[in-house]
Parts: sequence; C-alpha cells; structure tokens
Amino acid sequence: MAILPVLVYPDERLKRVAEPVTAFDARLHKFLSDFNETQRAAPGCVGLAAPQVGCPQRIALVDVSARPNTPNNGRLLLINPEIIERGGETIGREGCLSVPDYTGNVARAEWIRLRSRDEHGAPREYRCQGYEARAVLHELDHLDGLLFLDRLVSRRDLFRRRVYQK
Amino acid sequence: MKHWYMLTLVGQDRPGIVAALADALFRAGANLGEASMVRLGGNFTIMMMAETEMSDASLRHALEPEIRQFGLHTHIDAIEGKLHQHLTPNVQVTVHGADRPGIVAQVTAALAAAGFNILDLDSDVGGSSEHPIYVMAIDGHVAGGASALDKPLAALHANGIDAKAVSIDTLVG
Repeated sequence: MAILPVLVYPDERLKRVAEPVTAFDARLHKFLSDFNETQRAAPGCVGLAAPQVGCPQRIALVDVSARPNTPNNGRLLLINPEIIERGGETIGREGCLSVPDYTGNVARAEWIRLRSRDEHGAPREYRCQGYEARAVLHELDHLDGLLFLDRLVSRRDLFRRRVYQK
Repeated sequence: MKHWYMLTLVGQDRPGIVAALADALFRAGANLGEASMVRLGGNFTIMMMAETEMSDASLRHALEPEIRQFGLHTHIDAIEGKLHQHLTPNVQVTVHGADRPGIVAQVTAALAAAGFNILDLDSDVGGSSEHPIYVMAIDGHVAGGASALDKPLAALHANGIDAKAVSIDTLVG
C-alpha cells in the first residue's frame, strides 16, 4: 500500500471529467487499497475522489462515520456513482484537500439517493442526508471536473436565507 | 524589493471604480492580494493588499488620476502581507432586531469575554427610517464551539438582544 500524492488546484487534471470504471480487476483493487490509505492518512478528511490523486476514473470514497451525531452509511466506496433523486437545499462550509487555505459556502441538496457499484462491480443503492449527502456531492463533483470553488455562494446569502427560513 | 501595502479608499459610489483602480495598479506593476469592497451607507469602500517595489508615495502618485477622478479618500499603509494563513471559523453568530445604540458594543464585548475571535463581521441596517432593523453576522472561532457561547448569549438575551450561535462545520473532501 502507498499514500498517493494529492493534486492541488490549479492542476488541470482536477478540471477533467472522469471515465467510468469498466474492469473490476486486480489493478482496480490495487488502486483502491492505495486510495483508501490516502484518504485515511489525511486528517479530518471525510472523502476523496480518484481524480484528486491523478486517476481519471469515476471512483470516490466518503466516510463521515467518525463524526458524532451524523447519520451515515458507514464507509462508502462509490464506483460509477449516479444521483437518482435529490431534494431540499442547505448551505454549508466546504474545504478541499486539493484547495489548501480556502473554505467557502456551498449550497447542496439536503438528501440524495444514489446508485453505484462496489469494488466487484455489484450494484449498490444508498440514501444519504445532511452532512453525508454534502460529502458525496462534493466528491461526485470531482468526477465531473468541478471543485467547490465552482459553486461558491456568499456568506451574506447564508445569513439571509437562514433569517428568512425562520 | 517588493513589499505589501494596505490601500483603503472611500468615496461616493459610482460604477467603474474597482476597474479603474485595478487597472491603474496593474499598469503600475503592482500585484493585488486579498481585497474586500463593500458599500456602506451608499458609500464606496475598498481595502486591498497590493505588493510592489514602489514607495508609498509613488504608489499614491500612480493612483492619483483615479483618486481625483472619483474623489476618493485614500490611505496607503505599509503592512506585513501574510497570505495563505486563513483561520477557519467554527461558529457563526447572528443578531437581528429593532435598531438601537449599543448592540455591536454589547454583543462583541460578550463574545470577546468568552474568548471568541472575530474573523469576519458584517452588519447592516434595513427596514424603514421609522422602524430601522439591525442585522449582523459574525464568523469566528471559539474553543469549545457554539455551546461555549450559551451563557454569554443568554446574558445578552436578558438585556433584550437576540443573538444566535450556530456551528460552522467545514467539510474537507
């Protein structure tokens, strides 16, 4: 196993659309083992997408299970994930391993349903809400060459929406 | 050798001020750092970091046509320009209600006493001139998170000021 170097914006590879995984083979499993180790080694990191480590494939990891009071599906390995349903909107603050020293507010769905494959190619389906949904959406953006910087909303928006919601 | 300046410019707001200032600085070979422009009471205000080899006097000279054209009050101060050192806030405090003197003083005094470090603050007066309302949002950091502000906010509430604190959970992915 090895910890893979994480690409940092403005690396152009972070802006590319990743390709679906077609072979669920030993080569994929070798990558997944390094990918897992890389995510675990990053302190406070709740997700990682393959393009962040220079692999242009539709693979992401999300794990918010270490956070207190956070509904979650455990450690999610998402291969070729697709959102099939989403609802609600919430604004929260995001940062990214690939964008050091900057955080910003981003609007995301409150809940999502998604389909993906596991490491053997078997279909999976998950329902995620709140913080976990935000993490999944953040990682899935990476698969489409998007960063949270592409979705920033101003801090004033955050406050105004919160005031008007009451 | 290059050094950083903080430029503060204030005047009557008109379209095109930022573009004119940025262009003048660019032509003078200055590099911009962090900047914040906001309208306060209809006035144009901007603070921006600029890095240049020029002295403060020659930097001012380079901006003189724009300063004159837009009638801007201008301060130029040498600063230490520390980039890449953002602190991440963990709590947002919001306050709103009927405007009256002393709200900022009381809220920020309570926050300071609780060890809250203000990283970002904006406040606005809305409503009508007969019934002005006051709206303030503060991002900051306090050890212990939002619950560390329970007592100070309860004390403010007893004084007729409604302030709320919510956690800012920054997701890193």
